[in-house]
Amino acid sequence: MSLQLRRKTHESVVYIDRDSAPRILASGMDFILEDLPVGTRVIYPNPPIKGLANREAAIRYALNHPHDCDPLFAQLEPGMKVTIAVDDISMPIPPMKTPDIRQTAIEILVEMLHGHGVDDVHIIIAVSLHRKMTPAEMKRMVGQKIWSDFYPDRYYNHDAEDPANLVLLGETRHKEPLRINRRAAESDLLIYLNFNFVPMNGGHKSVGVGLCDYESLRAHHNPDVIRASHSYMDPAGSELARVIGRVGEIADEHLNVFHIETTVNNYIFGPDMGFLTKNEDDFSAFDRMKYEAMRFAMNKMPRPAKRTMYNSLKSSYEMIACHAGRTNPVHDRIIAKSMEQYVVSIEGQCDILICPVPDMSPYSINSILNPLLVQVMALGYHFNMYRGKPLLKKGGTLILHHPCTDEFDHKFHPSYIEFFNRLLPETRDANVLRDKYEQEFANNPSYVEMYRRGNAYHGSHPFFMWYWGESGRQHAGHVIAAGAENAHVPAMMGWERADNLTEAIALARCYMGSSAEITMLHQPIVAIADME
Amino acid sequence: MAAAAFYDLEGTLVRTNLVHTLGFYAKNQPGLISSLKKSAATLISLPVFAVTDQYSRKVFNDLYFKRYKGQSEDRLRFLAQELFETVLKPAIFPGTYELLEKSRSLGLRQVVVTGALDVSVNQVMAHLGITEYVANRLEFVNGLATGRLLPPVMAAATKASWIRVYAEREGLSLSDSYAYTDSMSDLPMLSIVGHPAAVNPDMRLRQTALHHDWPILSLK
Repeated sequence: MSLQLRRKTHESVVYIDRDSAPRILASGMDFILEDLPVGTRVIYPNPPIKGLANREAAIRYALNHPHDCDPLFAQLEPGMKVTIAVDDISMPIPPMKTPDIRQTAIEILVEMLHGHGVDDVHIIIAVSLHRKMTPAEMKRMVGQKIWSDFYPDRYYNHDAEDPANLVLLGETRHKEPLRINRRAAESDLLIYLNFNFVPMNGGHKSVGVGLCDYESLRAHHNPDVIRASHSYMDPAGSELARVIGRVGEIADEHLNVFHIETTVNNYIFGPDMGFLTKNEDDFSAFDRMKYEAMRFAMNKMPRPAKRTMYNSLKSSYEMIACHAGRTNPVHDRIIAKSMEQYVVSIEGQCDILICPVPDMSPYSINSILNPLLVQVMALGYHFNMYRGKPLLKKGGTLILHHPCTDEFDHKFHPSYIEFFNRLLPETRDANVLRDKYEQEFANNPSYVEMYRRGNAYHGSHPFFMWYWGESGRQHAGHVIAAGAENAHVPAMMGWERADNLTEAIALARCYMGSSAEITMLHQPIVAIADME
Repeated sequence: MAAAAFYDLEGTLVRTNLVHTLGFYAKNQPGLISSLKKSAATLISLPVFAVTDQYSRKVFNDLYFKRYKGQSEDRLRFLAQELFETVLKPAIFPGTYELLEKSRSLGLRQVVVTGALDVSVNQVMAHLGITEYVANRLEFVNGLATGRLLPPVMAAATKASWIRVYAEREGLSLSDSYAYTDSMSDLPMLSIVGHPAAVNPDMRLRQTALHHDWPILSLK
């Protein structure tokens, strides 16, 4: 009877009742079971839209039927200089099972280019200030054939710190510069292949950010722009998207860019692990058995082994749309399709938002989710996954669930370590950090070399991660780190700490009242809350 | 306040180490027999050098520079250009130029503090555009090397104390300065600056850098 009384506003929204099953919380590399208070609203990802049956055909169709420009084949001439820029490994999360969509698309492109006598082709990974991909990651992304034919001379990472290979395209009327990769800028045709996973990406951001340098990026990756974005995951309400749009128009004025954008459904795990995104009330006995087996195995593993296993997880996303042509018409169609997959209608904001944080982030692929990345996932990505107004009321309490281990990857995130240990004890004010320290880190010769010759994120990247969490930080009255295994990481971040979720909810209720409305994001999730 | 970037040279900015230089001079003795004898002696000494370097840089220096005993100053200087062209210049890491350029663009003074011989590094310094450097100097008597070094001997803690004195004299802020080295023996030099970095580090320095959360660079 009580099951029937549950309010059902959307198939992805479940309210906890007295007889509800405990929920699985993806916290760090663990999946723990927690009983949630009666009345808690749990938001699940939408069921996956059916993937395209033949993605090769869909890509070919898009190339031959582009929006607002000639088909790709009609733009090709023998002997022309073509650059294919491609999104890096940061999306999707976790990385796709092979073949990656990018492999399929690049193979088709290369075949078409060669067929039209275009041999001067370079493939550039548009890493911007992200870490350069390792050779193994590069090979996995494009497959053996492209790897053998192009690496290393014609398949490489963009280098935002190589002045000889950067060229200034111009400035917006707001004095925002755009300096991009010289090879891309001097090509007769630039083909940008985008993998759209969250609505923030794609469109003008592809060329305007993916191929730019630090000075160009800091014009819009700053606290003021982030604070003015409501949210940056909703292009219509995003100041970030507006500024990047201005910058991107410079690229469109100066370059012949042929955009190819793709998007995927949210079929994150295959049938074996699919139970992780399922309503626990609907679990079969087999689902429970699989969960218990996984939890048992994960609990027995030492952390490094667990991380190796966790990082080896591959997603089963399927392509649901591919469009090609000019920037805006392509991007608008892709955003519309991805919103169709991600949007969940939600009625009413909550007082307490529970956000478990699994070790899955664009910035920790094959690496560690360090405390700054925990911050950006909770207060940045997941907080901003809304349209209209935030899921959490202004001044509400955000509970993130993560062990908050004080662990950093020295190879990938060296500047994060200094940011965390040297700067955060002094201030958490994003503007002070930007004014006082951002350029010091960006120009630190050690970090520059580690970015250029190693696989380190740019020295300025931890600052952007901090700004990325600015909206959540400004909006939430309190942040509680539940399940944190130490006290100093939450303290450094300006969060309160609780041993477990029950304690965190009790603490949050002290601030928000005993009748506070509680909502939980069921992780892993990519969903946009459409707030009514 | 002004600041500087202090670099070790061998193993840090160039691929070669002290033994490569010694090997070059051993190979280029006046006369084939002498060259063979010196080269063989250098080869035989390699394990001893390796062990003593792990044990103490001072003991290593005592043993290593004895190998120069009897060499004429003229000859060492005469061969320096060839040493640079054939051994040292090709061994400069590609990232060295980038690191120096970036460092210069920040207005940092470029200072090399090396345990190598001054005669052998002059050309490299000129090539890299570095005018401020300190290196070890052999003692010569009647134009022949005695196998001893003139003080101060640039190694381990001496490098750090030289940097301290230098910074004080030049009005440099050590907190804002950088130091780069590949060897654990230069730990004192890394410890006195605000921005230390391990470059192509040996195992022990790598562990120390990880422990202290210092950046670890590869200029290769």
